[in-house]
Amino acid sequence: MTGPGTEVRPVEVDRPEGGEDVRPDRPWMVIVWNDPINLMSYVTYVFQKLFGYSRDKATKLMLDVHHKGRAVVTSGPRERAELDVFRLHEHGLWATMEQSS
Amino acid sequence: MPADGAVPADGAVPADRVVPVIGRKRFGRDRQGRIRPGLELPERELLRALPEQARELVEHDEPSAQRLFPVAYPDDEAAQAEYREMMGAQLLDHHRHALAVLTDTVDETSIDEDELHGWLGAVEVLRLVLGTQLDVSEDVVEIEPDDPRSDQFTVYQYLSMLQGEIVDALAAGLPKGGATAPDPRDR
Repeated sequence: MTGPGTEVRPVEVDRPEGGEDVRPDRPWMVIVWNDPINLMSYVTYVFQKLFGYSRDKATKLMLDVHHKGRAVVTSGPRERAELDVFRLHEHGLWATMEQSS
Repeated sequence: MPADGAVPADGAVPADRVVPVIGRKRFGRDRQGRIRPGLELPERELLRALPEQARELVEHDEPSAQRLFPVAYPDDEAAQAEYREMMGAQLLDHHRHALAVLTDTVDETSIDEDELHGWLGAVEVLRLVLGTQLDVSEDVVEIEPDDPRSDQFTVYQYLSMLQGEIVDALAAGLPKGGATAPDPRDR
């Protein structure tokens, strides 16, 4: 995901050994996956409580998880994303993180 | 994920075992804003016994408790090992604490909001463990009364209903428009 006004860069980039792309400006996405146990109302509530989202926004994200199998619920620097993943794990949600490409 | 109140068709499960009354509001508030759990004795007995069983599974890292410790980095083994190392104990503590809050306060006539959050966390742990053991799917499954899993399934359905009621009670206290400014990416 690129934010508004972010330029698309040329693809040739010098990468360090190991091929890891460590450009710090690529945000980490926090993804919640659909699972057969967590209830729809519970997932909506957790999004509201953890991220301060309105009921409408939380419901939309919950429905994305439900229908599309996954949704990006927050994104940002790695430490922040990892904390969000942890808080989702505390609440029993199936959350992972990955750096956006 | 399943919708709320996914109760199987009439007769699929003898509902009178642990669900004395369906549709009665269990988490009303008094004038001070404290929550007054209206649980029947069999419900309280169940909610005292289940956390004990779950704690055993969680602390011994049993397969049915693995869903409580999800993978943060599915494509990066080293990062995942680090995450588990850094956060695993804290996550275990969180689940253990929630189970303890439920066990300690299940007989109280009134509890505060923090304690109700503990109940919510405990019921979540119980549903994840039981749902994993039952290998539930998203669809409503009817289980025959003579199925050996019938009792467990009844408990699972009860916990689903209970969690829905706790969520209703807690969600009523959230700010309606959300706590943050609208995200510009939503437009």
